[in-house]
Amino acid sequence: MPMNSDRFAPPQEAIEKLKRMIDIRVKKDISIMEVCGTHTMAIFRHGIRDMIPSKIKLISGPGCPVCVTENPVIDKAIWLSQQSDIIIASFGDMLRVPGSSSSLYFEKANGAKVQVVYSPLLALELALKNPDKKVVFVAVGFETTIPAIAVAIKSAKQRNIKNFYVLCAHKTVPKALQALAQMDNKVDGFLLPGHVSSIIGANAYRFLAKDYKIPGVIAGFEPLDLMNAIYKIVDMIDGSRIEILNEYKRVVSDNGNTKAQEVIAEVFAPCDASWRGLGVIPGSGLMLQDNYARFDIEDNIRIEIGESREPVGCLCGQILCGTKTPPDCKFFGTQCVPENPIGPCMVSSEGTCAAYYKYSRFERNEE
Amino acid sequence: MRKLIESLVSRYFSNPTLDRMNDFALVMGGDNLVVSTDSFVVKPYKFPGGDIGKLAVCGSVNDVACSGAEVLYITLAFIIEEGFNIAELENICKSIKEASEEAGVIIITGDTKVVENGAADGIYINTTGIGIKNTDVNIGGEFVKPGDKIIINGNIGDHAAAILSCREGLCFTTPTVSDCAPLNNMVKQLMGGCKQVRCMRDPTRGGVATALNEIARQSQVGIRIFEQALPIDQSVVGACELFGMDPLYMANEGKLLIFVAGDEADKAVEILRANKYGADAAIIGEVIEGRPGVVMKTSIGSSRIVDELTGEILPRIC
Repeated sequence: MPMNSDRFAPPQEAIEKLKRMIDIRVKKDISIMEVCGTHTMAIFRHGIRDMIPSKIKLISGPGCPVCVTENPVIDKAIWLSQQSDIIIASFGDMLRVPGSSSSLYFEKANGAKVQVVYSPLLALELALKNPDKKVVFVAVGFETTIPAIAVAIKSAKQRNIKNFYVLCAHKTVPKALQALAQMDNKVDGFLLPGHVSSIIGANAYRFLAKDYKIPGVIAGFEPLDLMNAIYKIVDMIDGSRIEILNEYKRVVSDNGNTKAQEVIAEVFAPCDASWRGLGVIPGSGLMLQDNYARFDIEDNIRIEIGESREPVGCLCGQILCGTKTPPDCKFFGTQCVPENPIGPCMVSSEGTCAAYYKYSRFERNEE
Repeated sequence: MRKLIESLVSRYFSNPTLDRMNDFALVMGGDNLVVSTDSFVVKPYKFPGGDIGKLAVCGSVNDVACSGAEVLYITLAFIIEEGFNIAELENICKSIKEASEEAGVIIITGDTKVVENGAADGIYINTTGIGIKNTDVNIGGEFVKPGDKIIINGNIGDHAAAILSCREGLCFTTPTVSDCAPLNNMVKQLMGGCKQVRCMRDPTRGGVATALNEIARQSQVGIRIFEQALPIDQSVVGACELFGMDPLYMANEGKLLIFVAGDEADKAVEILRANKYGADAAIIGEVIEGRPGVVMKTSIGSSRIVDELTGEILPRIC
């Protein structure tokens, strides 16, 4: 039996081969949206844009949790951090996101108790260590981080921890993809998230192919994963076979992580959520189930924020829908830079503007 | 931060010595005296492979050594929070003694201040290194030229990974220990064998990426590095992937980026490899004509910009 020599080819050769195959199969201009911020970053880091023909436009989607979080949530977190009896626990990304007039980072520098945690379970430990304070975890993120937060809340209930709360602002990915699929600037293919898919499974995306005739490929983050996914999308478009392919089987199954899904369903229920750029998407958020409602900080304290303001002229919203790219924004690279971000997409390491700034901000001048 | 410091320093303290923007100063008037000062606030103050005491000695010794000088003395100043454990203080003093003996430097003056509980976080140390340099040796970020090769004396990111692994609440274990080490003896051997060393810099905070960008700016040259040539321990790669960090931005405390003339690069690597702190030395890049900045040839053959670090490294959400 002949050996499949490709299996043993070094990545370099495999990548060259995929590059040639993509070149051959691209017959028209196509737009591929990478939904996930980690993909955006990986594409830049590995220089994938250098490797594909100009007919393929890679656009970044709403897959950076910090970026899609609207100002009212950030303003609420900032207001909470200003209360003397509250400690804010948050993932690091959130700190520098500018709200209407401040950021958690700024409040921290001014003495607010804002603690970066690497896991929601550590926020729980913080609550145990500070019994005289309320510890509020800023619960922002997609299906990747939601199970861990659900476990933390369950654990708080079991251990009867009374000073642990969440500011609930989770979002779920499939509903956002549906909203994007319904928009006019329809993308031709989706590069589907790797980490989120490990939780929700490949089947969660089948509707994209069935109802909206948009192909999608679930992919990992290595150069070979990315080139292969782009090739598969191009191949499906060229062959008019519209499917959702799982090319990240080493991590993602059809049904996903059912245990994680169960714990999410036990603690959270779907609700409407407002996304930066996409607006309110029905059923795309999560609120606490009734028997866990006491952990919702907004059920315990009246948060008094005024009307939230968005920076006038900032294009983050359109960038998150893929209708604009960072260089289209008048602030990009001039007033809006990582040290002094105007919009959230410049803040997070997963943000589209941060990725453009970091890896390709000179391109515009050299063209 | 860099911009802030640079603007404050240039506004209030500008002088020909400071304006060269190196990590060490050639003292005017005594044209062979080299001085460098640094403060150490590492948290936690004890980590796999070292502690704040060892770090404080190595930091200033390495900064002075980067000028090509022989490092002779250091000064030592403590700021200690009231209530700091005396036994821990003694352990820190022991590591200061060990590190300074290995480096062959003498502690010539010092100071201790105790501040009230809550006014500092445990212990801070400031050291100043002092050395003597041959007047015909000209080494610094401003002397780099196209054609030079860039060498590093071993794996990058070990120190930051070791610190991360023991930071409160970050529950991961790694076999990685900090690379914190005095490098002046290795530098002495290098200088003995290579006559065209242009620049040496220890890529501490901000990592290799930030140090290379600083040098590119100082000498107004382009820098190209090769992803495949970068020596990185697999456990550091793993930790970085987990937390969304890039080893190029992670701090090192026992590494030097060494710029040498192209025809001396192989010899330099050979000399470095003979030293225990240079066993994994490798050529990682080269200096080219062009816009000041750093570009990396990736392992799949594409190129990308390597920018400097802005703000602090914050772990991502997903």
